[in-house]
Amino acid sequence: MMEPFFIRALLAGLGLGIIAAPLGCLVVWRRMSYFGSTVAHAGLLGVALGLLLDMDLTLGVILVSLAIGGLLVVMQRQRMLPVDSLLGILSHAALAAGLVAAAKLSGQRLDLMGYLFGDIFAITNTDLVWIFAGGAVVLAIVGWLWNTLVAVAVHEELAAAEGLDTRRAEAALILILAFTIAIAMKIVGVLLIIAFLIMPAAAARPFATTPEGMVGLAALFGVTGAVGGLFLSNGWDIAGGPSIVLVLSAIAGFSMTRLVFAASR
Amino acid sequence: MSAATHQHVHGHNCGHDHHHHEHNAGPIRVDALLSGRGVSFARGGRTILEHIDIDIGAGEIVTLIGPNGAGKTTLVRVLLGLEKSDSGTIARRADVKIGYVPQRFDRDPAIPVTVERFLALGLPDAGADVPAVLAEVGASRVAGQQLHGLSGGELQRVVLARALLRNSNLLVLDEPVRGVDYVGEAELYGLIGRLRTTRGLGVLLVSHDLHVVMAQSDRVICLNRHVCCSGVPETVSQHPEYARLFGAQAARAFAVYHHAHDHSHDLAGEARPKDPAQGQPK
Repeated sequence: MMEPFFIRALLAGLGLGIIAAPLGCLVVWRRMSYFGSTVAHAGLLGVALGLLLDMDLTLGVILVSLAIGGLLVVMQRQRMLPVDSLLGILSHAALAAGLVAAAKLSGQRLDLMGYLFGDIFAITNTDLVWIFAGGAVVLAIVGWLWNTLVAVAVHEELAAAEGLDTRRAEAALILILAFTIAIAMKIVGVLLIIAFLIMPAAAARPFATTPEGMVGLAALFGVTGAVGGLFLSNGWDIAGGPSIVLVLSAIAGFSMTRLVFAASR
Repeated sequence: MSAATHQHVHGHNCGHDHHHHEHNAGPIRVDALLSGRGVSFARGGRTILEHIDIDIGAGEIVTLIGPNGAGKTTLVRVLLGLEKSDSGTIARRADVKIGYVPQRFDRDPAIPVTVERFLALGLPDAGADVPAVLAEVGASRVAGQQLHGLSGGELQRVVLARALLRNSNLLVLDEPVRGVDYVGEAELYGLIGRLRTTRGLGVLLVSHDLHVVMAQSDRVICLNRHVCCSGVPETVSQHPEYARLFGAQAARAFAVYHHAHDHSHDLAGEARPKDPAQGQPK
């Protein structure tokens, strides 16, 4: 008989695997993985801010994520430094600030390791509501904007010249990325969230011929990774986040091997 | 048509700085699909475009030529709204639908997408018309293929088909023959010319291949940060500024390539059918 905490963990992994799939594909297509991990690193600062200001922690994470996104837009007005350098600055500034804030708050209410590496077995019913209700909102927005998002991913300037609202698509993407990261943080932790987005999508790519096919496969891989990781974690008594990412790595590694061999033939 | 106010050839002294400009393009042509007036653009303290006037009307092929760094691509991007000009106005006719074939079309192999899907992307129910437009550009063969696997020439046709599927009435092509071999190049220009005729499209073409372009265009605008000279190909090719920019040899070589059109031009460069009394075309 499964313990309630294990059932909650399974449900959380299942939900996140599905929510992360379309977003993960978009992150891979738009080359936003570094942006994603920057937003994820800023999540810790968001939690600290939420605790300090005594507001909902998920809201704190979303606010900080959006601030990071806005800051990046402003920083891109200069044309001397490339975007990955800017993200390197933002990402680690946010992580350092988050760690300092966490240290100041530690002993009070902040479980630092839990936020860094996730604690999927500590998922509460409230967290599950966040995952499923929030996830439904994310999926609805993605579904509504899907064609524009794919068109922009295929060729941004073409989409803009044809009159698609690429800025709205961009803004929506950053918003739902921040939102997803906020709800995924408790499950896999800020340091490993981006793996949950990228690995299933990357593993799905060689087997897909359509954008939607890639999303479907990514969802399958994501759910497999989450469930497999949970059993691994429970069996070996290791943290949930790293276990899930390890299983996802194995799936991505298998897929990558296939790609590399296909390329060398 | 404001032919009376539209000068045959506008000329500037290309090689020198300008402190004074003559602007006689007048108000925006009401029949034009896309117009720019006094468009200026600078970046990093460097002037890239200076007081450009341009009109593209329905059914005419306007070609931008000019040396590297002349601002051709920048002008196209400003006209498309992808860059904002520092001054000047861009006017689009209310019903204009732009089909854009960019200079570089970097395909991302990370996105699995077939040609058919790419064409229909962003259109609610385009599926049924896809085979027809692919046939029109001669690319039916690649319908089911992955976009990232196409050759340069196939890709250009597919991007063109995408514009047609959207019922574009203005095609903007920025050096469309890049990465296309010589035969493919001639075919592509031939196709653009046919689409202009069959669909009555306006076409803005950027090129530095003088020969093919001069033979295909209704009007040529010679750009070197400002409009050096503009008009029908025959006159532009004899303009001293054209010879200065491209060398006397290029100007002479053009005369050899000059071939019979199936139409002639009035003084403003407007195409009109060839008078049958003048004999068989070609």
